[in-house]
Amino acid sequence: MADTTLETPAVIPHRRKIRWGTVGDHAVLILGSLLMILPPLLALTTASHDAVTIHREGLQLTLGDDLGKNFHAAMFEKGGFTQTVDGMLMLMNSFILGVGFAVGKIVISMMAAYAIVYFRLRFATLAFWIIFTTLLLPLEVRILPSYEAIQKLGLTNTYTGLIVPLIASATGTFFFRQFFMSVPEELAEAARIDGAGPWKFFVDILVPLSQTMIAAIFIIMFVFGWNQYLWPTLITTDESFFTLVRGIKQIVLSYTDSQIPEHGQALALAIVAMIPPVVIVVFFQNWFVKGLTESDK
Amino acid sequence: MKRAGFDNIWLPVALLLPQLMIIAIFFYWPAGWALQSSFFLQDPFGFGSTYVGAENYTSLLGNDQYKRIAWFTVVFSVLVTFFSLAIALLLAVKADKVLRGARTYRTLLMWVYAIAPPVAGFLGILFFDQSTGPLTKFFQMFGWDFKLGVDYNATATAMVIVAVWKQIPVNFIFFLSGLQSIPRSVREAAMIDNRSATGRFWQVTFPLLAPTAFFLLIINITYALFDTFGIIDALMKGEPGNNPMTLVYKVYIDGFRGNDLGGSSAQSVVLMALVLILTVFQFRLLERRIHYT
Repeated sequence: MADTTLETPAVIPHRRKIRWGTVGDHAVLILGSLLMILPPLLALTTASHDAVTIHREGLQLTLGDDLGKNFHAAMFEKGGFTQTVDGMLMLMNSFILGVGFAVGKIVISMMAAYAIVYFRLRFATLAFWIIFTTLLLPLEVRILPSYEAIQKLGLTNTYTGLIVPLIASATGTFFFRQFFMSVPEELAEAARIDGAGPWKFFVDILVPLSQTMIAAIFIIMFVFGWNQYLWPTLITTDESFFTLVRGIKQIVLSYTDSQIPEHGQALALAIVAMIPPVVIVVFFQNWFVKGLTESDK
Repeated sequence: MKRAGFDNIWLPVALLLPQLMIIAIFFYWPAGWALQSSFFLQDPFGFGSTYVGAENYTSLLGNDQYKRIAWFTVVFSVLVTFFSLAIALLLAVKADKVLRGARTYRTLLMWVYAIAPPVAGFLGILFFDQSTGPLTKFFQMFGWDFKLGVDYNATATAMVIVAVWKQIPVNFIFFLSGLQSIPRSVREAAMIDNRSATGRFWQVTFPLLAPTAFFLLIINITYALFDTFGIIDALMKGEPGNNPMTLVYKVYIDGFRGNDLGGSSAQSVVLMALVLILTVFQFRLLERRIHYT
């Protein structure tokens, strides 16, 4: 039966009619949201209690008195999980890894993508495939040989060894290549007629044009770099290079070992490890979603 | 390449050089080295190595423990992929439907994307704590004495639950974006033809989402295979002993804890082959997707 009145009900009553379907939709969404929010939220409320309470009673629903104390201890006191570093140093290392990785990846892959797309190069296709093949093998698969390579180069416990090997993949190049391909041909032609060289065209026209894309990629890459775990675990054995996420291993070990009852501090540090990437993803979610969903094409 | 390309020779070479060098040093060298050392047996005390042909591979495939881990990896990947896709699809359909609070729901449902896998694993430890964990108590209500890190099935269950939780946001984002790209005219036509919302979903919306779902299938399998490392590592609390693990974790354990270089390399090569198959499969699907959409 053809019902042409699509969304409005046939009778328009004066009082609002409760649509049970909509109520059901919201119920499902609220349940889903709770599922995603509750675990980190409980970690936060629990972090406000003293170690003995947490050890004896586990997760806490209410806010206790020790929130500030636990965070302060986690960030500024040495010892506990690691003997030589405090949370601030780990936070700084996390930022170095996240920002260093994102910036390095964007700069290197933009340059490579520009060379592949905009130049009449005989080996452009070959270069593309050499770079593209790296998509096939994630770092986790070749973890042992990569570690050996870093060791032979003497780059363990350095920021270079921590960041550069993670850049060796094609995701960024592939993404920028796709984007440059969608830039109108006429732009380069016009630039050439106006006498702009390739470098000037790149810096003055293409890079400003890619701003949104760069922002989107930066967010994704920053989160990716910040959240790295396996690689930092292997490469940094010196505690002064530990990132927050790398430090989670220490936290887990101390948490399961009941000899060290600093549960509140452990939780505080885990929460600090979550905050920066979460804040970036939530505040720039439009760019982030755009970058994520367009990278598959 | 663009039609109106530049003719300069040295600039593109200079632009490509950093990327190619990084890839050569940190990708091709290690990958080639893994391939090579998978045919050698490393002396346990570090005194050289001997060529053993395919022995590392045959002993791998004849190894019962390796088979059990491979089987666990398959079951784990299937469960994680299925549940995270199903839950995310349900939430995305609802979030696409509601008018009020749509943006708030989107934020709440996607932000967990930013949480690192080992941190998610650590949250799992709290929830599955032996004496105080709420989920441990939940399972105990059903008479299951849940022991994380001790009981194989309990640890496996916890790993699946945490891995699903962590993956819901990605699937949700892609499904929602897929739903929102369905043209309004198509939806309205479907509304006219089919009064039942469920019928509309399975006959119109779902087929239109199929390309997204296929793409996500590959993404999720890759996630379950590789990106769950942190979750697994946290939940077994540093004691691999009797605990379930995935193939990637086994590469790590054998290579770094067991010092079995040849065996670990052979496992790496097996995984490389697996990823290769997945990628070829993905490309076939992408081709189909271009044809049909």
